[in-house]
Amino acid sequence: MDIFWIKAIIILVIFGLSLFVAMYSTWAERKVAGYMQDRPGPNRAGWGGLLQPLADAGKMFFKEDFIPAQANKWLFIAGPCLAMLTALLSSAVIPFGDTLRIDGQEIQVQGIEVNIGILWVFGIVSLGVYGVMVGGWASNNKFSLLGAIRAASQNISYELALGLSLIAVIMMTGSLSVRDIVNTQHGGGWNILFQPLGFVIFLTCAFAECNRTPFDLPECEAELIGGYHTEYSSMKLGFYLFAEYVNMFVSSCVVSALYFGGFNYPFMDKVAEALGNDATGHNIATAIGFFAFIAKALFFVFFFMWVRWTLPRFRYDQLMNLGWKSLIPLSILNIIVTGIGLMFNLRWFSWVAVVIIVAVVAVQAAMKPKAARGILEAAPVR
Amino acid sequence: MSADKIWYLLTALTIVFALAVILVRNPMYSVLCLVLTFLCLSCHYILLNAQFLAVVNLIVYAGAIMVLFLFVVMFLNLREYKEETKSTLQRVAAFVVGIAILGAIVMAVRRLQYPMPSAEKFDIRTGYVEVLGETLFLDYLLPFELVTILFFVAMVGAVMLGKREKGERHF
Repeated sequence: MDIFWIKAIIILVIFGLSLFVAMYSTWAERKVAGYMQDRPGPNRAGWGGLLQPLADAGKMFFKEDFIPAQANKWLFIAGPCLAMLTALLSSAVIPFGDTLRIDGQEIQVQGIEVNIGILWVFGIVSLGVYGVMVGGWASNNKFSLLGAIRAASQNISYELALGLSLIAVIMMTGSLSVRDIVNTQHGGGWNILFQPLGFVIFLTCAFAECNRTPFDLPECEAELIGGYHTEYSSMKLGFYLFAEYVNMFVSSCVVSALYFGGFNYPFMDKVAEALGNDATGHNIATAIGFFAFIAKALFFVFFFMWVRWTLPRFRYDQLMNLGWKSLIPLSILNIIVTGIGLMFNLRWFSWVAVVIIVAVVAVQAAMKPKAARGILEAAPVR
Repeated sequence: MSADKIWYLLTALTIVFALAVILVRNPMYSVLCLVLTFLCLSCHYILLNAQFLAVVNLIVYAGAIMVLFLFVVMFLNLREYKEETKSTLQRVAAFVVGIAILGAIVMAVRRLQYPMPSAEKFDIRTGYVEVLGETLFLDYLLPFELVTILFFVAMVGAVMLGKREKGERHF
């Protein structure tokens, strides 16, 4: 078989996998919500409600596809398409597994291996704003426009902290390629052990970029009816909602590749040794790594749901304060501390940043008068 | 498809989108066409094997600056600015100045003796991020640092402008 066709099949599998996982995330989310709220969740369509995503898709397709009279028709259609496109593009550079050995050729289980991999993800994330903005503007509805503007400013704000927290990982690896980042974590040295603060910042920003609770301000139904997709119905709305789940899966993959070793798992060298060094053994070892990677990614998908059904929503000014006044300074601190650590060849040095932060927060909390204490600050004084 | 055919296709697309930016009536479409122009330029960078530049172009221009443009256009009340009539004098002046600038650019390009890189000497790693980083931080360190200071000043200025003044009401 030609190498081109093998690559094409791998790309198709990755594409299908992200769609499949996103599809069943909608089911899993409702199951998780049901479990947390002590109710069964979807359980009518199929065994345990397993056919529910298909039923939902069928419902979406058969609903009336409504375009408001004064809306800009083409941009109204382009909005959800852009959202879906940008969601699906970013999985191209994620290394889902090591190499497959076919006819003596090593083929990477990855869409494309480029030397700027992580920047590609970042670039596509920054383009993701367009789907929301174009859709919100084209609806010709004030609430849609407000929702779109809120979504866009949230995404832009959290992109900065996201990029800055990535820089520390890139500094430790010395490469922008996601595969290189994963390979340097081989042998148990996962980045989470060296970059605890960076991981927390990255995960928080990933939540905000995916518009997930506690940062789902763009579709805050208590204030904005439905946010940027107020006017959308039928499968166009479905695309917006589905893009969120695809984004969730992709960002889970990125988190597990950057901080949790990607397709590395404990004792993988011993497993690879036991399986032998011929083509079949190597391919089986790669497959185990692939499943380890998917398991990590699915854990983070579950984590997204866990948080959604546990935490309440932020207020918009709290969101902006968190992004600009906490996460960006903290990620800059993380970069500086990591840099000092790298200068003296101490990889664990960014734990110092964690210690500093904990100390500062503890002192601040102790100094504060008792009445002003609390998880959420009191409303700003007018 | 060979590389030069892709190049012709891309260049044609770039020019079409760039023309659309100024010819389209709706400012929203103009902004989106400009985004597409930047995407095409990024593709040109990829053809030159400069993936880093391509992605940075995408992040900075398409991802950040054009989003700000879109913000501003969204807040404009588009109906009010639809028909803006200009006097004949203005039109003639605009035409003359435009032609003059075009002529100047064409003359400049014709005079320019740009050293063409020879195919044998061409290094495929020229556009790589490693090479770019070494060039920036070894050969052009001072200009780079100056640009950094410029950005810093701009950032401080933006913060000062965005700061709430005393007695100003906030919501």
